[in-house]
Amino acid sequence: MSGPLEHLPALAVVIPLMTAPVIVALRRPWAGWLLATLVSWASLAMSLLLLQQVLETGPFSYLMGGWAAPWGIEYRVDQLDAFVLVIVSAIASVVSVYARKSVEAEIEPDRQYLFYAMFVLCLCGLLGMAITGDAFNLFVFLEISSLSTYVLVGMGRDRRALTASLRYLILGTVGATFYVIGIGLAYMMTGTLNMADLAQRLPAMAHTSTVRAALAFLVVGIGLKMAAFPLHAWLPNAYTHAPSAAAALLAGTATKVSVYVFLRIVLGVFGATGLLTALPVTQVLMVLALAAMFICSAVAIWQPDLKRALAYSSVAQIGYILLGVALLSETGLAAGIVHLFNHAVMKSALFLALGAVALRVGSTRIDAMRGIGRKMPMTMAAVLVAGLSLIGVPLTVGFVSKWTLVEAALDDGMWPVAVLILASSLLAVAYVWRIVEAAWMAQPGPELAHVREAPTAMLLSIWVLAGASVWFGIDATRTLGVARLAAQTLLQGVAP
Amino acid sequence: MEVPGLFNYWMAIVLMMAGLYTVIARGNLVKKLIGLGVFQISVFVLYITMGKIKDGTAPILPASGSAEGVVFSNPLPHVLILTAIVVGIATTALGLALVVRIHEAFGTIEEDDIQAIEESEA
Amino acid sequence: MSPSTLMILALLLPLLAVGPIVLAGRYPNLREAVSLGTGGLLIAVVLGLLSHLADGIVPALELGQMLPGLALRLELEPLGMLFALVAAGLWPVTILYAIGYMRGHHEKNQTRFYAFFAVAISAAMGVALSGNMLTLFVFYEVLTICTFPLVTHAGTPEAKKAGRTYLGILIGTSILLQLLAIIATWSLAGTLDFAPGGILAGKVSGPLVGVLFALYVFGIGKAALMPFHRWLPAAMVAPTPVSALLHAVAVVKAGVFTVLKVTVYIFGIDLLAENAAADWLVWAAGFTIIAASVVALSKDNLKARLAYSTISQLSYVLLGAAILAPLSLMGAAIHIAAHALGKITLFFAAGAVMVASHKTEISQMAGIGRKMPWTMGAFAIGALSMIGLPPTAGFVSKWYVLSGALQSQQMVAVAVITLSTLLNAAYFLPILHSAFFGRAADDDHHHHGHGEAPLPSVLALCLTAAGTIALFVLPDQVLTLAGALLGGNP
Repeated sequence: MSGPLEHLPALAVVIPLMTAPVIVALRRPWAGWLLATLVSWASLAMSLLLLQQVLETGPFSYLMGGWAAPWGIEYRVDQLDAFVLVIVSAIASVVSVYARKSVEAEIEPDRQYLFYAMFVLCLCGLLGMAITGDAFNLFVFLEISSLSTYVLVGMGRDRRALTASLRYLILGTVGATFYVIGIGLAYMMTGTLNMADLAQRLPAMAHTSTVRAALAFLVVGIGLKMAAFPLHAWLPNAYTHAPSAAAALLAGTATKVSVYVFLRIVLGVFGATGLLTALPVTQVLMVLALAAMFICSAVAIWQPDLKRALAYSSVAQIGYILLGVALLSETGLAAGIVHLFNHAVMKSALFLALGAVALRVGSTRIDAMRGIGRKMPMTMAAVLVAGLSLIGVPLTVGFVSKWTLVEAALDDGMWPVAVLILASSLLAVAYVWRIVEAAWMAQPGPELAHVREAPTAMLLSIWVLAGASVWFGIDATRTLGVARLAAQTLLQGVAP
Repeated sequence: MEVPGLFNYWMAIVLMMAGLYTVIARGNLVKKLIGLGVFQISVFVLYITMGKIKDGTAPILPASGSAEGVVFSNPLPHVLILTAIVVGIATTALGLALVVRIHEAFGTIEEDDIQAIEESEA
Repeated sequence: MSPSTLMILALLLPLLAVGPIVLAGRYPNLREAVSLGTGGLLIAVVLGLLSHLADGIVPALELGQMLPGLALRLELEPLGMLFALVAAGLWPVTILYAIGYMRGHHEKNQTRFYAFFAVAISAAMGVALSGNMLTLFVFYEVLTICTFPLVTHAGTPEAKKAGRTYLGILIGTSILLQLLAIIATWSLAGTLDFAPGGILAGKVSGPLVGVLFALYVFGIGKAALMPFHRWLPAAMVAPTPVSALLHAVAVVKAGVFTVLKVTVYIFGIDLLAENAAADWLVWAAGFTIIAASVVALSKDNLKARLAYSTISQLSYVLLGAAILAPLSLMGAAIHIAAHALGKITLFFAAGAVMVASHKTEISQMAGIGRKMPWTMGAFAIGALSMIGLPPTAGFVSKWYVLSGALQSQQMVAVAVITLSTLLNAAYFLPILHSAFFGRAADDDHHHHGHGEAPLPSVLALCLTAAGTIALFVLPDQVLTLAGALLGGNP
């Protein structure tokens, strides 16, 4: 690498970080929106360049300030990092276009610029988590993204958003603090915070209870952040009451990046210690993942508010990802990683569409949406497409994830797990079809008389994601190809 | 096991448990945040303790200019925890701000009362 | 035109018609002209494919990779050709019928009906032309979803409930069982391409073959093997042309077609025979044939009786597959066409009676044959075909299945076929008897003056009845295709 491209890894993080105070200084909603949108698209461009770079030359490092690792902070970019960077920045880009109308409707004018400031800070934190190769630096970015997320959630127009935000803050802080404890214990034993260095030095200490405790703290801490069942208590309220644009951003990115951190730390750093199989980490993970898939999908069926139903569905979908991880095989891991992307695309599309419904109808409760299919046909068609993807119907991204995951289970001879995966996807049929029946198979009531189709910019964003969930379902070679490479790289360091 | 030598670690654990217990058991949101603060501080203590080396001094070059033979404490954990303290302050500040807003919106900061109000709305 | 272009056209033509259909929504005549015109073109395209196939060309085309190493692929073989001919041939006839029915019955949302009908035909073409199991599964699911708005066309709570059953069973079985079987096949064999002789031979053996086969057969819910048959009677709430689509043209045929494909090209009959993996299916299909016939006997609603008759007739195809004799497989393939023509005639007639006289129950239909001679004449031909009597198509297919069963000494199958023929006669002949020789009830003042159904509908059902007889008189083409299924001569 040479020229301006050399500093891409740093720029991807620094630019959003620097934009936030500028937005605050300008105090204008439109300026905030414009900057946030520009920054998001710029990070998407940078992420794509980084991905291309990784696919061409393999993983590479960037040394912050020129200090060599392990003393300086190393930014390391491999296939997984680049893939997650692309997911986060792509979702942020689409949401930023959408946000203008949605934010205008949901947040008081004098606070709108703060929304955009928090938006770019959140983006900065998420990108930073994905790119850094330093375990403590990761914590800093984790908190940057978390603190901005708490604010974003708290900006919801319902007062319950405040309690949801505080609850998220408390549980999120507990999770982050657990993470710091885990990293501290690991540091105590190895004297390093560089992930690659940690991965090299930890196996020699694997027998000590300090390292085992470190692993336990990390698993629970990251588990809280990624809403792994049963540590998901903060998520449903946070997603339900957050402003629509924020909910879409979080649903697509926040838990995904936390899953990435799980992969990076638990598999990447602790993989070589052999503790994952020596302790029942994978077994516990698998049982919890299956429980999430069934329990949270079932809970989603009975929710009167669709945003809440989708929030529970998110916890269930995290279960699919973790199940792929728990299989600890190349195909399983690839299934989990590709589902990071696939789920981000479809769930964000759904939250965006519900945001449009909230804008026009004023509610996302299912009984307020009867007959909405005739009033907002394009929006609801996108809901249908993304919903079918959630079920895993062929030609959608959901099918690709499901196929790969079942294939991985069968390759390992786990027939019952394969059956359970497919059975749980039938629960998705129930909660998706509830929407279909309400939207199309009922006559719109008088209260929907003045409801119109969503604004064009919102429709565009919704359909970009809905379209992507079909596009990458018809041709999954690229996404699955990258996911497979990422899985291979990750598994190199994992002891069998 | 030399309990006095591990005193700091024991204290870290005591603080950690006390903080967590407060977070879980107290219904008052401000008390919850205090608990959260105590919980975070326990980690600061943990980090600072692990940087301490027996007979080590502050990691500053002596006036003579030669560090030969001088034992320093490990400065890195201390620096790290400076960052963590900043994060902790930010978290607490944000949490308290939220509590103020909650008090404005609900008229109470008792978790049970808020929950009752929320349930009556749903 | 080259074979690949023709295959693409067969898929795209019905889809391309959707746009004009929707745009012409305000002008019903133009809208139906679009459907009919596209139907005519589609028949031409399919006949073009047939001539290529007759020249010994196997048209194949890769549409693009979907998953790494796994492409969406089209390939035409004789069985698919047969199914494509049936679906393409019956589409314009059904549209012709629907013109009379939908207008005569004052149905709402007719544009939506014609649009989704076209999509369903495209999906059926996709099923017929699929070159591997993944492609077939994709189109199979598309067919399920795009027929859902047709089944729930009425929009009533009853239709909603039927829609749930329809979707629940078809999606449930296909995801839980069929998809599992497909991924397992992929995991075991490393390929999903349809190949003569099967792709699993040498890759699996023992009881696993039977388990896998059962996953496929039950997973293909569209074949309506008991206990996964409930969706078919439930879907009776749909307008009659939709019932025709479900029962004759596309949906159930896609089901049994898929079972035949899996039997011949995924497993291969040798592998199934070696591991005795299809023996259970003789019993299961036999049970379904008899049980569904008995239920049909008890139904007074004509469409419900026809629905159970379909369940029973579909299991003939499954039985033909399960016997694993070349002759019976041929019979099974012919039965796809034979049942399609016969059953569509019966449904057309039932719908025509409903439109003209508003009668739905068999007990009300005494003497109707004299008022609607063309309709009930055609009904009689269809009924004969169901029973399997000459001079109708049903005789040909039953003959081959029975010959295969006798050849391979499958006495259970022979007994089932014999018994079911009697049962078929028992539930069809009384209808004919009362229609032609019964005396109309006296309280029939309201509709006393009714005559035949609207002309397009009568024309359509006469066409299909003629087809039923034509398939008996001139079976050569179908026999050639069915015979080529196993690479042998009929």
